[in-house]
Amino acid sequence: MDWILLNLPLIADLTFAHLALCIPAILLAAAVSLPVAVVANRLRPVREVLVSGTGLLYAVPSLPLFVVLPVVIGTGVRDPLNVVVALAIYGTALMVRSAADGLDAVSADARTAATAQGYSRWGRFWAVDLPLAGPALLAGLRVVSVSTISLVSVSAVIGVQSLGSLFTDGFQRGIVPSIMSGLVMTAVLAVGLDRLLVLAGRVCMPWSAAREAPGR
Amino acid sequence: MGIEFRRVTKTYPDGTRAVGDFSLVVPSHSLTVLLGSSGSGKTTLLRMVNRMVDPTSGQVLIDDADVAAEAPVALRRRIGYVMQHSGLLPHRRVIDNVATVPRLNGASRREARERAAELLAVVGLDPSLGSRYPGQLSGGQQQRVGVARALAGDPNILLMDEPFGSVDPLVRIELQRELKRIHTELRKTIIFVTHDIDEALTLGDQIVVLRPGGEIAQTGAPPEIVENPRDDFVAQFLGVAGGRRSLRATVRDDGGLSISDSTGRPLGILEALPSKAPGSLPGG
Ligand SMILES: Nc1ncnc2c1ncn2[C@@H]1O[C@H](COP(=O)(O)OP(=O)(O)OP(=O)(O)O)[C@@H](O)[C@H]1O
Ligand SMILES: [Mg+2]
Repeated sequence: MDWILLNLPLIADLTFAHLALCIPAILLAAAVSLPVAVVANRLRPVREVLVSGTGLLYAVPSLPLFVVLPVVIGTGVRDPLNVVVALAIYGTALMVRSAADGLDAVSADARTAATAQGYSRWGRFWAVDLPLAGPALLAGLRVVSVSTISLVSVSAVIGVQSLGSLFTDGFQRGIVPSIMSGLVMTAVLAVGLDRLLVLAGRVCMPWSAAREAPGR
Repeated sequence: MGIEFRRVTKTYPDGTRAVGDFSLVVPSHSLTVLLGSSGSGKTTLLRMVNRMVDPTSGQVLIDDADVAAEAPVALRRRIGYVMQHSGLLPHRRVIDNVATVPRLNGASRREARERAAELLAVVGLDPSLGSRYPGQLSGGQQQRVGVARALAGDPNILLMDEPFGSVDPLVRIELQRELKRIHTELRKTIIFVTHDIDEALTLGDQIVVLRPGGEIAQTGAPPEIVENPRDDFVAQFLGVAGGRRSLRATVRDDGGLSISDSTGRPLGILEALPSKAPGSLPGG
């Protein structure tokens, strides 16, 4: 307990560092997954190849990825950008399928109706397809968010600070409270961000809750 | 706004021939019913008017102008379309569903909502329902919203694809009555698709009976079709040949008549009236 109290500022710093790696990675993953999913759905013959292919990226081991990435994107070995990009790749791998399936599952009736009212193809995408796929996209994003928060810890191994540093230090120097606080804070972040996403979903998609509630 | 189908055919890419050599004139302000069984090409024909389907050959003309010459999106915004299962957008409030076309046509949100509120009243809905989501309405209410949405852009033409197919018979009769009223008041040119003979006879100024393969079996006003079915197919379809419309009467104790069809299924009662006025069939 003493260790934790003495090191509160450190824990706080590392928590922020952790978030600073996660948030951009999650956003980047979402920003990449969506267009990939749209293209996959438009190009029916290659849909499965594209969707399964990106899914396979999740199988790439993280340490070799950290070694190769700096060479590919021209960053230094300890650049946090490496971590962000690597996590975004894993996030994309997780999210493309749920995004593609979610967009695909938008009710054909709603689409036909929108076309019949005079929406252009793109107009319909933004006004109808995207919002109606919202709940599925949110579900995908929640998985990505939890997964990213736990994966970020690996960055400590290549010397980029995050809550993972509490594990590596704790193990090397035999400080159990350090390991424990790393574990707890990671869990807190994961749950906190998840709640935040659910809340954002309620605010942005009031209709999806309204549909469940009894009418009248 | 008259509509003309000029020798249209439609063969879908998979080789299905949905419509074969179909010609029809839909007069301005009329309510024309396309009547046919499932798969007879009704939806295909309807969607040729707003270019959701392009004919394989032939032309569709609105006021003598080929629709193929107009951009589909602009065309659709000036033609109302009502779908079978209402097809409302589940993520928009009722009022905003109805306001869709005015918004697409550039009206401000406030203008569009005012217009939408008026239309909810036109189709007999309480404006307070406007703030609900479609999922919070009954099937019949949703159908009314579907009609209101189609009217919102003040189109001259209304295309209705089995709009009352999924509601119970009582609500259906009420919706039909409302549609008749709206048609009389607003004088739109309406093409109405159904496979329900009674609905066709109730609503149509002109009825087009379709054979499978999208060919016309007979065109005419309701009495013409019932009295002179052109061939066995039409007679069968209307139930005339099957005996559904050849009625029998038996005298009741009170002096009235009990009416049944030729299979003996009771249809109603012809009351004996005190005066010499002709009797009536309650409930039609
Ligand atoms: N996109 C399509 N591709 C291939 N065939 C189609 C397509 N749409 C319709 N068809 C076929 O064309 C024929 C006519 O279909 P259409 O939907 O016009 O019939 P309908 O009269 O509206 O039937 P229903 O009363 O069941 O709605 C059917 O045989 C149908 O299977
Ligand atoms: Mg149909």
